[in-house]
Parts: sequence; C-alpha cells; structure tokens
Amino acid sequence: MAVKVIIPTPLRVYTAKRDSAEVSAQTVGEALGDLTSQFAELRKHLFTDDGKLRSFVNVYLNDEDIRYMAKEATPVKDGDVLSIVPSIAGGSGASDPELA
Amino acid sequence: MADGFRLNISHDLAERIGQHGAETFPHECCGALLGRDSAFEENSSAEPAREVLELFPLVNRRDDSPRNRFAVAAEDVLDAEKAARQHGLDVVGWYHSHPDHPARPSQFDREHAWPWYSYVIVSVLSGKPEDMTSWRLNDDRQAYTQEQIEIRNRAAV
Repeated sequence: MAVKVIIPTPLRVYTAKRDSAEVSAQTVGEALGDLTSQFAELRKHLFTDDGKLRSFVNVYLNDEDIRYMAKEATPVKDGDVLSIVPSIAGGSGASDPELA
Repeated sequence: MADGFRLNISHDLAERIGQHGAETFPHECCGALLGRDSAFEENSSAEPAREVLELFPLVNRRDDSPRNRFAVAAEDVLDAEKAARQHGLDVVGWYHSHPDHPARPSQFDREHAWPWYSYVIVSVLSGKPEDMTSWRLNDDRQAYTQEQIEIRNRAAV
C-alpha cells in the first residue's frame, strides 16, 4: 500500500528538507519502518533504544491518533496520510541533575 | 557557546517571554516561537540565520506538576503551526520558564527534546525574570548546544 508520511519541521533536517515521503506498508508500524530505512537518521528521534515509539511522538492516520486505534498495528490502505506530530515537554525538574 | 547557532529576537519579544514567566510564577510558562529559519528559505544566504518574529503563548498542560514541568499537547502544536502559517512563518522553537531555577536544560528537558528547534529557557527568580538562554539538541540526543541569543531593536530577516 502506498502511504504518504508528513514529516514535522524539526525532522526535515534528516529528510533532505522534504516535508513528506512515500512509503509502502500494510500497517502504521511498517510505514514507520520503511520511513526510517529511507532516512536512517530519523530512527533515534522517533524510537527509543528498545524500539518503542517515543512518548512525545504522535502519529495520526488521516486525522485519527493511532493511540485510539490499534497503535502501530493499525492497518493502512492506499492513499492514506500519516502525520508525525510533535508534542513538547520539559521543565526544570527541580531536583533533576542539570546538564552542562 | 555554540559555533554558528544564533537566535535573533527583538527586545520586545524577549521581554514578553520573561513577562509570561513572571505571570505564571511559581508555575512554568510555555509557548511557541514563530519565525523564520534561513535553511527553509528559497535562495537562502550562505549565513545560517534564525529569527523569532512572533510568540504563541500556550497553557501549561502539566497541571499535576506545573512548578517543575511543562507540556504542550500535539493539538496545541498543530494550533501553533497554524498560527505560524497565517503569519507566513514556521514554528522555530519553544520557550518555557524555570521558576526559582537556573536557565539551564534539565535531563528531563533533554530526554523530551526534538532536534532543530530552539529551546529558550527563562529563569524566573522570586517572580522576577532573570537569565534567558537558548539551546538546541545535538543530533545524537546526548547533549545540547547553547546558541547565542542576539537581542535586536527591530526585526530584520
């Protein structure tokens, strides 16, 4: 299935400034797998070291958050649009160790 | 200090970030930085440049722990991007305050950061905005590089 993936601005440095990519996949997980094989540097920003989608990475299939569907097992069909949308978090963390 | 990274912002907008932090003290404030980055401009000059031209203040979604955490939901990110497009701009980064804490990124900040964005932190001590710094996550996610904030009297990208 041919699916379009919308790349968020902060990740376009790893996709030669492209704002979208075409992938071939049966599921959302496969689509993200194809995307990161085309653009290997994306992987560590989307996935943790043990291969889980990072908590602040949101994926929408058309306009639906995949967390409310079958997550990465959600099936995709020709012409679907996947959007990667950042959420932003941080904070002083009070007693967290600081970084130089 | 960074070799190369620089964030240009007007005196007025820099003051507004500090004021937002003072208003929400002792809680953290947060918002989007709308502006332009020369990397995405057609016929961009050789000199890399990023300029903040508008702010998009947001509500801190971390009502469980607002004194030392902030969160911007995906819906708010989409709203900020929409506001940026209406001004012909991009979301080039995010700001937040560190109430009674130095303007340095925490480990929690780093673990949740995106590359490329500028992360502006303003330290608010006893309700008064003090130091303001800006940071970019390194490609390897292991550390930040501090970028120089250049405060200008008027915008010029």
